[in-house]
Amino acid sequence: MINLRTSLYIVAFAMFIYGLMGLTGPRTAVRGNLIAAAGMVVAIVATLLTPHIGDWPLIILGIGLGVLVGIPAARQVKMTAMPQMVALFNGVGGGAVALISWAEFRHSGGFAGDAAYVIVASLFATIIGALSFWGSLVAFGKLQEIVPGRPISAGRLQQPLNALLLLGAIGCAIAIGAGDHHELLIIGVLIFASVLGLVVVLPIGGADMPVVVSLLNACTGLSAAATGLALNNTAMIVAGMIVGASGSILTDQMAKAMNRSIVSIVAGGFGGQVVAVATGDSVDRTVRATSASDVAIQMAYANRVIVVPGYGMAVAQAQHVVRDLAKLLEDKGVEVTYAIHPVAGRMPGHMNVLLAEADVPYDQLKDMDDINDEFARTDVALVVGANDVTNPAARNDPSSPIHGMPILDVDHAKTVIVLKRSMNTGFAGIENQLYFDPKTSMLFGDAKTMVGKVIEELKAV
Amino acid sequence: MLLQNLAILVLAGFIGFAVISKVPNTLHTPLMSGTNAIHGIVLLGGLIVLGAGVHGVLSKVILVIAIMFGTINVVGGFLVTDRMLGMFKRKPAERSQGEQ
Repeated sequence: MINLRTSLYIVAFAMFIYGLMGLTGPRTAVRGNLIAAAGMVVAIVATLLTPHIGDWPLIILGIGLGVLVGIPAARQVKMTAMPQMVALFNGVGGGAVALISWAEFRHSGGFAGDAAYVIVASLFATIIGALSFWGSLVAFGKLQEIVPGRPISAGRLQQPLNALLLLGAIGCAIAIGAGDHHELLIIGVLIFASVLGLVVVLPIGGADMPVVVSLLNACTGLSAAATGLALNNTAMIVAGMIVGASGSILTDQMAKAMNRSIVSIVAGGFGGQVVAVATGDSVDRTVRATSASDVAIQMAYANRVIVVPGYGMAVAQAQHVVRDLAKLLEDKGVEVTYAIHPVAGRMPGHMNVLLAEADVPYDQLKDMDDINDEFARTDVALVVGANDVTNPAARNDPSSPIHGMPILDVDHAKTVIVLKRSMNTGFAGIENQLYFDPKTSMLFGDAKTMVGKVIEELKAV
Repeated sequence: MLLQNLAILVLAGFIGFAVISKVPNTLHTPLMSGTNAIHGIVLLGGLIVLGAGVHGVLSKVILVIAIMFGTINVVGGFLVTDRMLGMFKRKPAERSQGEQ
């Protein structure tokens, strides 16, 4: 039976890897996801075929509860809430790892008689799993705006506090490794690691949250691999490690797109000084507000329009009206493309998903590097709820906290129209120089309502 | 056993690097969601430990919760990924219709 299990695991690995390869291309992605899911079913069935496996009612109870919670959660979540949903699913995975280690500790009488590497791997999994669980919950809270998006930190005490908590967790772990089997020790590890997860993510600004979710995703993968080592389960080692490796790469790419290092993000770089810098030089600058009819006229007589979507479009669910607007403009002979910043919205690809939902043709979506040179030849850049990714300060103000971040060169367009609810700052908490540019006009209001009004006016032009 | 498992660990890590480094920006969110679903494999750990027959109510409760969490991770992760990707799937079909 062990051979059957191992054989099925090998089938499952092949399906995971083949599935992930499928996920790398738009045409094969759906199939890839299904193959990976089928691989997971194979791995679960193989595990249940293990001889002497017992406690079926409880196993069925656990899986049943998970299915009952998981399916509606995944079905009903709105596309805009996708990033926080990923954070939440990631968190429960980490939580599962930590709980398994705890149960294993109880089962084995404090890892008594286990090999050293089993103890080390289990405790590593406990720490990372608990950290990932609570960290993901904070990330979820921030993205869902239950927890304030601004950094909450203990200031100068932050780093010593983090270090102290980590030392506390490791201290308890070492005591267990040294042969102390008291259960309070594993609970100590769990508590220290949980609080560490909270205080590490709380000081990180909302704008960096996608990177954090990605990082925690990689961490959960690693902790799953560690649990696999401890339980001598190849499937968990392989799947966990693949996620750990891929998650690290994704995190690195996301951090690079924002010109931030992972270290500085985790250290909570976007602190309070940001606001002071931003308010200092904005005193006597004026902003030009415009009306829907003016916007309609400007765009109707343009040759080229670039739409720059951001989180505001996601919040207002404006992707469908934006698509309608673009179609209307195309009927009038205007060339319309979409400029997608790698981190527009709350995750890489967030905007692509939303626009794809609204049936925007895939080839109209342009990546930042492809479209930045086009802005100079563009009559109207329509910014729909994007903020920090269009801020020229990233290019020309060395004192700005986002200086050096790659941005969309929206300010190179002949005219800029910004659709925005108010003059509030973006997720990074920085004022946008673009709004004070003389060729920029602001159309204040909910993105969906305002685009709807522009469409009405455009039909009348 | 340890060395064998470590070898598998290292190789799996390289596969992860190799497969993922080719993904276009557009697919990053679905990809993150897909890999997120795959680490739901921790569910197996819950099954193994519970199936091995633990004693005590607390241990059983802990493991049922762990299995529930793992299942949410797997089921929710794959479903959400599928929903995101479903939006890409229609594109090529629609475009070829338009061209005809």
